[in-house]
Amino acid sequence: MADHGTPGTAVERSSAPIPSAGTAVVLPESEEIQNPGFPPFRPRVSDLDPKKARANERRVALLFILSMVGGVFAIVAYIVFPITPGDSGSVRLNTLFLGIGIALSLFGIGFGAVHWSKSLMEGHDLVEGRHGTRGSDETRASAAEVFHLGNKESGFTRRKLIRNTLIGALAVFPLPGIIVFRDLAPAADPNDLLKHTMWKKGTRLTKDPTGIPIKASDVTLGSVFHVVPEGLEDSSDPLEQKAKAAVLLMRLKPEDLHVSKGREDWNYHGIVAYSKICTHVGCPVALYEQQTHHLLCPCHQSQFDITHEAEVIFGPAKRPLPQLPITIDSEGYLVAQSDFHEPVGPSFWERSL
Amino acid sequence: MARRSDSTHTMATSSPTPARAARVKKGRRSPMASVALLVIGLLGTGGAYAAFTTSATAAGSEQTASQAAEGQKLFEANCASCHGLAATGTSVAPTLVGVGAAAVDFQVGTGRMPAAASGPQIEEKPPQFTNSQIAALAAYVATLGPGPAIPSKASLESGDLSQGAELFRVNCAMCHNVAGAGGALTEGKYAPALTNVSAKHIYEAMVTGPQNMPVFNDLNITPKQKAGIIAYLQYLDSHPSPGGLDLGNLGPVSEGLFVWIFALGSVVAITIWLTARSN
Repeated sequence: MADHGTPGTAVERSSAPIPSAGTAVVLPESEEIQNPGFPPFRPRVSDLDPKKARANERRVALLFILSMVGGVFAIVAYIVFPITPGDSGSVRLNTLFLGIGIALSLFGIGFGAVHWSKSLMEGHDLVEGRHGTRGSDETRASAAEVFHLGNKESGFTRRKLIRNTLIGALAVFPLPGIIVFRDLAPAADPNDLLKHTMWKKGTRLTKDPTGIPIKASDVTLGSVFHVVPEGLEDSSDPLEQKAKAAVLLMRLKPEDLHVSKGREDWNYHGIVAYSKICTHVGCPVALYEQQTHHLLCPCHQSQFDITHEAEVIFGPAKRPLPQLPITIDSEGYLVAQSDFHEPVGPSFWERSL
Repeated sequence: MARRSDSTHTMATSSPTPARAARVKKGRRSPMASVALLVIGLLGTGGAYAAFTTSATAAGSEQTASQAAEGQKLFEANCASCHGLAATGTSVAPTLVGVGAAAVDFQVGTGRMPAAASGPQIEEKPPQFTNSQIAALAAYVATLGPGPAIPSKASLESGDLSQGAELFRVNCAMCHNVAGAGGALTEGKYAPALTNVSAKHIYEAMVTGPQNMPVFNDLNITPKQKAGIIAYLQYLDSHPSPGGLDLGNLGPVSEGLFVWIFALGSVVAITIWLTARSN
């Protein structure tokens, strides 16, 4: 390797690459791009001028002193600005000054060390060649010997019964783990869970979070109600149910609604209920504009037009928000006619619609 | 009025009369003296009360009437060009019949009305009228049709803070941001920031639903709950963010921008410095 020059002027090259039979274009030896090596060595100002070297020495020391100051400052600040329970302003001061102190002490050490090595330590470039990964023949022979000896002493290959039962035991050992972790999945068919919500015929619409049922007369023009099904809090998994069943209730002038065939009785005198779960990735869509009747999803700016059955007018959502058919019961409270007629929320593999 | 108090009096005193008459006979007073005294007393207080209340309401309605008349003049001079002389609305402005005094107090009190220019949204600016002029305008518009009134001071106070915070998160935070910092809507419209908005104007906005904000009537969010929402917003105003610089409380937008520019910028700068040769 000595013929490649002294360290600092060239990069060590391994033996010439063996061209493979692949599709790569291989240049002939004469046209191969030559390694340009390192740029010529240039002395730094600290190497030439002892004054500059001393100035750099002082700078490094200053950074280390700054680090000490930061450390002490952090301790002092922690004592001077204690956290008083209930006072969020004190938490703010405490964390701010403690953070500044610790940052100074860490960055002081780091910047000092780097500046020291860059400006004062030996500055020449050098190459450190990688040593081979193959062991010597003796090492390899002794390693093989260890295996042979182990096999001879334990009788692993001779006592086949023990070997096979051991393999069997090792194969069965992880099975309980697989069974246990598999059981973390929902017990019921998740497909079915995605397709149905808590709403069913006669379920009253109630206010979120109070759970008070809503009368049709409560919903004045321009109003918007955030709705959950009655009995949500009594279900065993209220948060999961709410994530699917949340509904936005709005009242428009009946003449503003463009109702398609088959949905004529889904609204009640201009009161409409739409799923609050975006059909894009499931964010709650609730930014309702009462003049334009547009519903905006805050996550990715999908817009739905409530006058046209929540059809998508902008953004990445692909399907309109599912409508909940509503009517009133004998006491005048708003109730669902049925569940949604399609799965709410974003798409999933098994979704047929 | 007088006849009614008379008849109630006779009804009330008729049952104890026989027993008392037997006892009083021995005295110098006529048996009917106490009854007569009672009648005189009741007539006196009832009459005085009636006189007082009628005069008071007369004065009150007179004041409102003059206020409304002044308001009508202001309306015709400043608002009628868009809202129409009868305030029934035109193609450029909605009708004001039935919007109530609260809507006027909010729109004019926050300077949104009269509008400086038409655009996606009428913006807040310094109020263009004095408080008494605003009250006069509100009184006039209130005479056009029944609508929400300006809330009393008492209804804005002592709300339940934690309940208000929960209601705010459910009903308001999706547009106005959980910290009340406001947010964007469609086509240039936006939900304004709610920091340092007066309690009265917050209440009025909920009741009237200005511009594209939906209406939150008293059956949806009760007045007590509205006071809770106001209490939450006032709590936000008076408590600094404990986590340091809040960067406008705009969430991932401003925070992400800050991290991209300053944090990643300094990482790039340090990397360049680390690998550069010392001169």
